[in-house]
Amino acid sequence: MTLAAATNESLAEMSNVLIYSAMAVYTLAFFAYIAEWLFGSRSKVARTAAALTPGAESRKAPAVTVKQAGGTAVLERPKVVVRATAGTRDVPDGPGAHGGDEQGDLYGRIAVSLTVLGFLLAFGGVLTRALSVQRAPWGNMYEFNITFSTVAVGVYLTLLALKKNVRWIGLFLITSVLLDLGLAVTVLYTASDQLVPALHSYWLYIHVSTAILCGAVFYLGAVTTILYLFKDSYESKLAGGGKPGSFATSVLERLPASASLDKFAYRVNAAVFPLWTFTIIAGAIWAGDAWGRYWGWDPKEVWSFITWVAYACYLHARATAGWKGRKAAYLALLAFGCWLFNYYGVNIFVSGKHSYADVGLGVLTAAGF
Amino acid sequence: MSNTTTDDTTKAGDDQELGAAGAQLSTAPDEAPNLPSLGVIGWARWFWRQLTSMRVALLLLLLLSLGAIPGSLIPQTGIDETKVADFRERHEVLAPVYDKLGLFNVYSSVWFSAIYILLFVSLIGCIVPRTWQFVGQLRGRPPGAPRRLTRLPAHTTWRTETGPEQVREAALALLKKRGFRAHLSGDAVAAEKGYLREVGNLAFHIALIVMLIAFAWGQLFKSEGNKLIVEGHGFANTLTQYDDFKSGSLFTTDDLEPFSFDLKDFKGTYERTGPNRGTPRTYEADLTYSEGAYGEQKRTTVKVNEPLKIGDAKVYLVSHGYAPVVTVRDGKGQIVFQDAVPLLPLDANVTSSGVVKVLDGYRNPEGKKEQLGFQAFFVPTFGGSATGTMLSQFPALDYPVLALNAYHGDLKADSGIPQSVYQMDKSKMKEFKGPDGKLLKKLLRPGETMKLPNGAGSVTFEKDIKEWAGFQVVQEPGGGWALGGAIVAIGGLAASLFIQRRRVWVRATAGADGVTVVEMAGLGRSESAKVPEELGDLAEALYAQAPGAPEPDPDSATAPESAPGPDDASAKTPDHRNPASAEGAEQQ
Repeated sequence: MTLAAATNESLAEMSNVLIYSAMAVYTLAFFAYIAEWLFGSRSKVARTAAALTPGAESRKAPAVTVKQAGGTAVLERPKVVVRATAGTRDVPDGPGAHGGDEQGDLYGRIAVSLTVLGFLLAFGGVLTRALSVQRAPWGNMYEFNITFSTVAVGVYLTLLALKKNVRWIGLFLITSVLLDLGLAVTVLYTASDQLVPALHSYWLYIHVSTAILCGAVFYLGAVTTILYLFKDSYESKLAGGGKPGSFATSVLERLPASASLDKFAYRVNAAVFPLWTFTIIAGAIWAGDAWGRYWGWDPKEVWSFITWVAYACYLHARATAGWKGRKAAYLALLAFGCWLFNYYGVNIFVSGKHSYADVGLGVLTAAGF
Repeated sequence: MSNTTTDDTTKAGDDQELGAAGAQLSTAPDEAPNLPSLGVIGWARWFWRQLTSMRVALLLLLLLSLGAIPGSLIPQTGIDETKVADFRERHEVLAPVYDKLGLFNVYSSVWFSAIYILLFVSLIGCIVPRTWQFVGQLRGRPPGAPRRLTRLPAHTTWRTETGPEQVREAALALLKKRGFRAHLSGDAVAAEKGYLREVGNLAFHIALIVMLIAFAWGQLFKSEGNKLIVEGHGFANTLTQYDDFKSGSLFTTDDLEPFSFDLKDFKGTYERTGPNRGTPRTYEADLTYSEGAYGEQKRTTVKVNEPLKIGDAKVYLVSHGYAPVVTVRDGKGQIVFQDAVPLLPLDANVTSSGVVKVLDGYRNPEGKKEQLGFQAFFVPTFGGSATGTMLSQFPALDYPVLALNAYHGDLKADSGIPQSVYQMDKSKMKEFKGPDGKLLKKLLRPGETMKLPNGAGSVTFEKDIKEWAGFQVVQEPGGGWALGGAIVAIGGLAASLFIQRRRVWVRATAGADGVTVVEMAGLGRSESAKVPEELGDLAEALYAQAPGAPEPDPDSATAPESAPGPDDASAKTPDHRNPASAEGAEQQ
């Protein structure tokens, strides 16, 4: 009889301390983001309004095509002129949450720094948790949640490091990360422990890690999509001659243009869709090894499939006349809703093979996926 | 201000001017509404057009995801029959309605099948013409340059002393080197790249069809049987050996893979401490097996995630339990029964129950033939008599106890009706009475014996407790095809989402002052940052071979589209550029 390695209690405790510290730092980051938005509201530049309000001067500003070979100086290299796609609103991107306000920008930078610190702490928490149980840190819903939020923040910070204009998503992200971690440490907490035989497989690393990454990226896409819907209706209102409320103006002015938001949401969703496909297929291969069939319409399988079909719908809708824009955005939200239900709903309300609650070889603790 | 137009007019202008240049950058179907003409053929054509349109495909996809939902919430016959039976009992009104709607068999119901079959017909109706169209595009050449390249989403232009022909040749060589399909047409080079996007798209959709067929094939020819084997016993893969067996509608017994195996040893380990005490940690079954009728004997270990694969068949370890060895002696001390009796687990700690049946060889003290039956409860870890329960405290064999009671008479095993080996038909059985006049029962520790009253014999719970393992043997052909399809689908999907299909044109014409004007433009199917970026790189490379010439005096400007002086001056300051284009370019 080979006894599985015992869990390391002190590492597990250290992990808990790190996760709580991460939550504290994220809370500070949350206030810093709030401060960024508050100070940013002092800025009164209404670029979107200027671009869209009928009769506003800038509307008539011609789309100048620059002649690059101008002057007598010989160019270093020819410059490429890019034109906005015909048919889209010609709206500039907002300056971000700080709204161009210096103090706001300072708080924004502080918020990002705190987010980095919180991420490092959370990452340490996940790592020590993994070390304490000597396996991948996603054997139950608690571990899945802490890893998920860490990956989501990681994706956000990676995009920032790549100089993408995504700082505006920070407040929304950190808010939900705090909720996610709060849920994890209160409701879902499970003492660190070994895995049941059904989860002893290298597919656990492949299948679950890609599922977490997909979820994190889908989540960023969904947040952007919601903001897109707000910004789009704001722009439509302006274009139609309406006058949105001052709060809406203050907040939405600072976000990127709806076209940019839409494009960003599409890119992240499209980029991760093949990975989600892979996640399902990896799961099917594992199921083939563990349960004797690669596809058996288990609730978790059904909902991954529904999520997949919903995202496929979204991708097709974006290429279909009459479905572009808002309708496609609703589909994207629906698809993320399916993903969310697949995680929380199926784990909590529906019992199936993934819930590891059957008697027999699967008398197992509730595992994430 | 000749270069400046508002968006709306450029849009209209674009469509006219791009014409063939923008055409067929994809094989996506046209979404033009098509009103039916009269007649059957007209209607059929209209129906077909509708079915293969993206819009209907989209609706079918939505329907498919909606249709899949009830199957995850309502118990399904194919997954758990006992749950369905339970549901039927609890919902007497709802169950018949669900039956009519096929909600207990969603994934094989008529309506669900109808959705996905329509979807796949729609898919095929979409793929076939797109494939032909794509083959046509591959055999043809990229379309020639539009008249005014400055109208395209990304363009650049400069003047050079190099002759137009040299520029065109250099451009042609450059584009070909960069992997473009390029050719000279008129005064311009036309080039296209990214055909793999279309290949990926088609491959992805074809792979989906392959996966569906493989899955359907697997379901039709599938077989699935269960067998419980006690340590030391064996199994040969024939229909009669299975405890239960299910198969697809086209399966024949000849399809069963010939092999046999013996269970040598089963090992289970469990968490000893902590909140998850008793949770299984490892399960391993050591087997010797041989392929074919007289194959060579091989050893292997089957674990939960590691089935034994023999040909098309896979042998899975799916359950386990204990099989206490019981010896029954008659009044003269003769052994009439000695065997390991597999008992079925009732809970996570393997509290088990079953029946010991002695069918032949027993004669009662009067010398009459009789059958014996013992109801057995077994716990691998007894909580002590103080707990008053026969519930196991731990799944491993820490303190095994067997509880037996005893009956004699006729087990009715020969009545022709198949009998469960785990249940006893007591209708013709009489109780052995204990000293208290009640049913004789006793808790036995390993090695202990229970005496039957009046010299009727004895039952011994032997010290050697065996374990049994439940195996599921599954044969599902088409798995390889499904996997192949899946891999192609991911590759195709990645190609169709990440590869840009784009066109580049380079026009070089001699200006009136003898200086060559080079114009380059790029066009992608979707608005992408990569098109202008790549155009910039290409322009830089070409610029090195056809360096810029000084701009002529604005008054004598002859370059096409060039603007009068004041415009040029304003254009040099970036602030005057269209803010959207400028910021868009930066952001991308």
